[in-house]
Amino acid sequence: MEPLVQFFYILLPFLRDWPEWLALTVIGIVAALLMFGFVAIFALFAIWLERKVSAHMQDRIGPMEVGGWHGWAQTIADTIKLLVKEDIVPENADRILFKLAPAIVFTAALAGFAVLPWTQDFIPADLNVGLLYILSVSSFAVIGILMGGWASNNKWSLYGAMRSASQMVSYEIPVALALLAVVMNAGTLSMRHLVMAQSGNILDWNVFNFFPLTAVAFIIYFVASLAEVNRTPFDLPEGESELVGGFHTEYSGMRFAFFFLGEYANMYVVSAIATTVFLGGWLPPFEFLSFIPGPIWFVGKAMTMVFIQMWLRWTLPRLRVDQLMYTCWKVLTPFSFAIILLIGLWKVI
Amino acid sequence: MKKSNFPESQFELQIPDPLRTDEMTLSMGPQHPSTHGVLQVILKTDGEIVNSARPQIGYLHRCFEKHAENITWHQVIPFTDRLDYIASMNNNLGYAIGVERMMNLEVNERAEYLRVIVAELNRIASHLIALGTYGLDIGAFTPFLYVFRDREKILDLFEEICGARLLYNYVWVGGVAYDAPEGWREKVLEFVDYFEPKIKEYNDILTYNKIFIERTANVGVIPADVGISYGVSGPSLRGSGVNFDLRKDDPYSVYDRFEFDVITGKGEMGTIGDTWDRYWVRVAEMYESAKIIRQAAEQLPEGDAKETIPRNIKVPAGEYYMRTETPRGELGYYIISDGGKMPNRVKVRSPAFCNLSVLPAIAPGVMIADLVAIIGSLDIVLGEVDR
Repeated sequence: MEPLVQFFYILLPFLRDWPEWLALTVIGIVAALLMFGFVAIFALFAIWLERKVSAHMQDRIGPMEVGGWHGWAQTIADTIKLLVKEDIVPENADRILFKLAPAIVFTAALAGFAVLPWTQDFIPADLNVGLLYILSVSSFAVIGILMGGWASNNKWSLYGAMRSASQMVSYEIPVALALLAVVMNAGTLSMRHLVMAQSGNILDWNVFNFFPLTAVAFIIYFVASLAEVNRTPFDLPEGESELVGGFHTEYSGMRFAFFFLGEYANMYVVSAIATTVFLGGWLPPFEFLSFIPGPIWFVGKAMTMVFIQMWLRWTLPRLRVDQLMYTCWKVLTPFSFAIILLIGLWKVI
Repeated sequence: MKKSNFPESQFELQIPDPLRTDEMTLSMGPQHPSTHGVLQVILKTDGEIVNSARPQIGYLHRCFEKHAENITWHQVIPFTDRLDYIASMNNNLGYAIGVERMMNLEVNERAEYLRVIVAELNRIASHLIALGTYGLDIGAFTPFLYVFRDREKILDLFEEICGARLLYNYVWVGGVAYDAPEGWREKVLEFVDYFEPKIKEYNDILTYNKIFIERTANVGVIPADVGISYGVSGPSLRGSGVNFDLRKDDPYSVYDRFEFDVITGKGEMGTIGDTWDRYWVRVAEMYESAKIIRQAAEQLPEGDAKETIPRNIKVPAGEYYMRTETPRGELGYYIISDGGKMPNRVKVRSPAFCNLSVLPAIAPGVMIADLVAIIGSLDIVLGEVDR
């Protein structure tokens, strides 16, 4: 938390006069609220964006009415609708697990935000094992999904949950290996230092380092991360044409909204990791563009990745479950091993 | 089962298989996104593998055949609209020609040409929906909206010629309900010019997509003999490589005057008769339909197409089986008349019903996701299955 505390001390000098425990608590709470607010606003914006992007890809115009300008308030209206909806728990559901599941999925997504480096000074928790931390908390979500699918007492939900468990557990391996390729080079797991190791211009970014090895690692990471957040073409756990609604078939109202929020937050987290590890984080591509503040670069790069995820979703069909496993174990994993090996050799020689 | 360790023992020791799993019975539908209406399929599954699939129909039964016994010959036509509600023109056509043949009625040339044009336009519209919903079944959402964009143009043409956009009641016994309005012929030609290049767009986004091919090739193979013995017809049978198209083999109306090819599955991406072949037959048939429409619209004779026979007709006693090629296959009307004002019996041989009947034969051993792909590739319309 050290850089964050320093950042707040500079921003609000009177905090220095407070007792340290009080200042730290206040800073912690404010930062947490900021993150939560960002997640909520980002999800509202991303859902609106997804509807607009999909609409324009499909020769439609999407929401236009609510709020005036291009229906910007549509998702706010939808959220209010979901909030006031009746809270339905199926009769034979396991009530405790059923209610707990959306909270776990959302918490797992939110926890990832703790180590995202927005800029050199603003990073909620600068852990020296930041990357490891983010990989571990993101695998938390599968427990919530499995829980929700099991507790719903619905066969389709169970199918969704089983698919999701096998998919997310398998795809964590290529994700981790692809990131490892970069970590080997940078020699650190701290998100902040990973970015700082890429300073310079666009060619110093990790994607272009050891070209084309890390570029391939980047592609492997991106494909595998799509599977980890259940996006097309890997959206089998919720593939509506096969499994009705997948693991959230029985969910409605605010609980459904939390699953949804979790999905969009996860989209941002994986994009942010890609930005941090491969695309130079908050750094501008060229020196003369450094007058634009870091957070804008960071959010801008992450949003580009989010847009690509949406683009893929509205273009590609869905894989079958055996093809999904084939892609993971026989394509992505061997390739990422090969890349680690080659980078290792490169460094030795 | 394993032999006992005691050689002199007469008994066999039964050791339960520790890896044996239980079957799960799943009810897919009638409220399921990809059963194309209100079909219920009872699945017995072992994990993701389907052991057996049994279609349950009847959720959309509307007593068409019983209704037809109590109304006049002309009043049956609006009911035929509702059989296969996305290819109503083709349904009208079969019934109208059947009654005309029983009455030995000649229909004037212009009416025949208009019938062919609307029937082929409707075939394109129906195949478009088949394409779009098939994309949805596989998980691609965007092609669905693309096909609806182009189907809209066909519906506009229909609206202009008969006022309706879904249930047309246009092809009547003795002719058609209305003559084509001024300039309609040119609009049809314009549509064909617009439409033919659009098929490439569907091919780009869906047909030749790697994931789509992976999902559909070698899946749900219907061998030709199995297809024939189950009574499968239309694009679903032609996908298995059987050259059977009633427009060529048993020509009706003026189909024998036009030049077009019968498309059959070649197994380009996998095996002959897989879901990709059935899908591809529909795509290629849209080209052929467009060809027929172009020829018919160019040769459209002048004259009055409006039917002139009285509303209350009497059909000579007898029976007749009239079969036509609808987008789904061989639609047969078995009409019995006792010489009265009303049909004695109108039995419908529904192509979608027969096509669906092959599902239990090809389903065992596929995955749930494949089952969805197979149902989609048969292109059933529950309105016609249940009647």
